[in-house]
Amino acid sequence: MAEPLDDYIDAVTKALALPVEEAWRSSIRANLEVSLRLARLVDEFALPDETEPAPIFTV
Amino acid sequence: MTTKPEMTAADIAKAVTGGKLSALDATEAALARITQHDTILNSFTDVTADRARAKARAIDADIAAGKTVGPLAGVPFAVKNLFDVAGLSTRAGSKINRDRAPATRDATLIERMEAAGAVLVGALNMGEYAYDFTGENVHDGPSRNPHDTTRMSGGSSGGSGSAVGGALVPIALGSDTNGSIRVPSSFCGIFGLKPTYGRLSRARSFPFVASLDHLGPFARSVTDLALAYDAMQGPDADDAACTTTRGLEPTTPLLANPVSDLRIGIAGGYFQQNLFPEAVEAVSRVAKALGATRVVEVPEAARARAAAYVITTTEGASLHLDRLRKRPNDFDPAVRDRLIAGAMVPAPLVDRAQKFRRWYRAQLAEIFKSVDVLIAPATPCTAPKLGQVNFNLGGVELPVRANIGIHTQPISFIGLPVVAVPVPLEPLPIGVQIIAAPWREDIALRVAYALEKMGVAAVPSPRGF
Repeated sequence: MAEPLDDYIDAVTKALALPVEEAWRSSIRANLEVSLRLARLVDEFALPDETEPAPIFTV
Repeated sequence: MTTKPEMTAADIAKAVTGGKLSALDATEAALARITQHDTILNSFTDVTADRARAKARAIDADIAAGKTVGPLAGVPFAVKNLFDVAGLSTRAGSKINRDRAPATRDATLIERMEAAGAVLVGALNMGEYAYDFTGENVHDGPSRNPHDTTRMSGGSSGGSGSAVGGALVPIALGSDTNGSIRVPSSFCGIFGLKPTYGRLSRARSFPFVASLDHLGPFARSVTDLALAYDAMQGPDADDAACTTTRGLEPTTPLLANPVSDLRIGIAGGYFQQNLFPEAVEAVSRVAKALGATRVVEVPEAARARAAAYVITTTEGASLHLDRLRKRPNDFDPAVRDRLIAGAMVPAPLVDRAQKFRRWYRAQLAEIFKSVDVLIAPATPCTAPKLGQVNFNLGGVELPVRANIGIHTQPISFIGLPVVAVPVPLEPLPIGVQIIAAPWREDIALRVAYALEKMGVAAVPSPRGF
């Protein structure tokens, strides 16, 4: 039975029209797990609602 | 006069300007070294010999005619192959980009180096699309460490580190998104400058992560590093991120200024963890030489590294999305799979990372009110073996490729200027980051120069080939 992350990978693969082959899947999943773990670390950090993003960083 | 392999750029330029060495002889010597040694180092992907000879002859003709030549007259240099070089396809370490039409104009930084008299001799190997810390490349083979050719050069500017560390050229240019100048500098035992974000133009270079990409020089001495940096400064309308508010701020005349008035801190916490003993030793030597004892906590550095990782993988995925759809089998599979995974990270998490970035920047701005410089390790270890997959960091077995840059990422994340200085440990060198406040490259270079004069930072002679 597919895990939720596998279902998610399937859904995004279709939504973005990415040609993911079965042989690549475990590597993609492993990379996504790392990215989501690190993103969660950032997500857990409380920021004021007024915080502006810095998509182009100038100092 | 003949050149010696380890002759500095400053010495070459002085000899050329003074008529003791022709620019053509300096160029031929570099081309001969490349022919002799690069079959082992594999640092070059293109050698632009005809162009280099033509440029060198033009410099010699100017000198013969009594014209003024620039401060890098006759100095051979090379560039990571993500810089546009007129007449070459800008491959950016990839197979796919080799199908691009040849560039019609040089990157801005090449134009500026050549305006200062430097002579481009070629383009350098790199990790595919700069998503790399190892210097390995599945298409071109790895660039090799000049002190032990069974080891990594570091990446992604691996050829830049290898060519300068191997004394094939005195100066090379590279890019640094998360550490790609500082990591090869550390492994190859040379000086590298990642300037403030927005300081040097990136025009006509192939991007990776627009909001994190920097370009900068590598060299075998701090004076050479400053000469190259000074030659490349200036606004450029062709790069939207390039500063228009800072004028030219030459650093070369300031290098010998004393550093005794500077407040120097040692980055604590995160930056003192996950280190092999050699990295601890290198930071300790630098701190002792500078009389630095104050440990400065950088808050939330682990989260900063995490946010840089998220922004990198998602912006990188966005850049390559169409290539991932059309030519997935032409990527290095390891790069492809990371990029595809990056495309799957939900947008709110990326937005959170960008917002955290502004918060973190404010924390560092506060720190730089009480210190002028922070010292931190450049890499957790000396150069790993080529092909090494894992290392034990802090008692945990981790992938080498993703974790070499853990100490560089929280710094480039907010664009701070850094000079990576080489500490010549045995059997392999390792780098230390000299980090300054935004736009204060002059301070980082002054400290690096002081360390060089004290002999604490030094470029070892290549001995791996």
